[in-house]
Amino acid sequence: MRRARDPFFWGLFSAGGMLTALLLPALFLVAAITAPMGWFGMTGYEEWVALASHPVTRGGLLVVAFLAFFHAAHRFRYTLYDGLQLYHLDALISIVTYGVAAALTVLAAALLILVV
Amino acid sequence: MPDTVKLEVFRYRPEGEGEPLYETFEVPYRDEWMVLDALNQIKDHQDGTLSYRWACRMGVCGSCGMTVNGEPVLTCATYLEPFLPGPIRVEPLHGFPVIRDLVGDLEDFVGKLQRVKPWIIREEERSPSEGEYLQTPEEMDAYKRYSMCINCMLCYAACPIYELEPGFIGPAAIALAQRYNLDSRDEGARERHEVLAEHEGVWSCTFVGECSIVCPKDVDPAGAIQRYKVDATLDFFRSLVTPGRSP
Repeated sequence: MRRARDPFFWGLFSAGGMLTALLLPALFLVAAITAPMGWFGMTGYEEWVALASHPVTRGGLLVVAFLAFFHAAHRFRYTLYDGLQLYHLDALISIVTYGVAAALTVLAAALLILVV
Repeated sequence: MPDTVKLEVFRYRPEGEGEPLYETFEVPYRDEWMVLDALNQIKDHQDGTLSYRWACRMGVCGSCGMTVNGEPVLTCATYLEPFLPGPIRVEPLHGFPVIRDLVGDLEDFVGKLQRVKPWIIREEERSPSEGEYLQTPEEMDAYKRYSMCINCMLCYAACPIYELEPGFIGPAAIALAQRYNLDSRDEGARERHEVLAEHEGVWSCTFVGECSIVCPKDVDPAGAIQRYKVDATLDFFRSLVTPGRSP
């Protein structure tokens, strides 16, 4: 079981780190700078809702959120595990950190389905 | 430039006072002297009981690794000059039990090295009469960097995980496993996988990266470990989509 757990969570951590490093700056640039400044023609709220409601966009955002949450969870798990040397609490730490990541992923999915 | 420099040398004499202590020696200062030359001056002229390992004095044998002012270094390749005006603190490599003075116990490392089978494994050996195993320059480049390891163990001394989790197989052993895994003549990757894919194999590593910083031979053990993690992860996810294939 443990043999499967390590590559599984490291895979999510690794993919999440790469994807967020590539995508988050671009998403911030578009959503926080170019769109509010009215560059490249994307100005209206409706246009944004239309873009975000597209199934491909929703799916993409969910994947980014899922991997980013699990990346953060893995990093935080090892911060507690090695950083604070809480070896005896590894099972509890894993359940809490990955559990929170899973809960946040469900929340992100709910928001993407219900709100957008 | 000063005429002399002081060295604070870690001493541990189990049959003597029993407790470790630091002893200060004053040695002549020479621009071209390494820390090892200063230790040899102490051994030859001041205290013949000082114990430490060394052999080649040219950064090849990997036996003179010590902690100098907190950093793991090869003492034969570390000038006194940057540490002026001193004192220079010389200790054994961190993370290893001390046998005596600056001599650490290497049993743990040697055992781990053997576990990853750092030699060429063939399913069927060819007889010498069938000729050499040929290899292109590109095939040699795939592993050459990792083959430069001299087993000096500076990477273990620098690794915070090895100190915290003594079971961790460690940077040099994994880099050497990769040296053979990536060799086109080798067929032993599956056997080494048994050891490397354990939690105490590559997965204990959290990519602190100190091993690659202190490596005197530019082996990049941290890179070797991350590369193995990627391969093992891809293997794992492939085994999920193609059942029957072992990870």
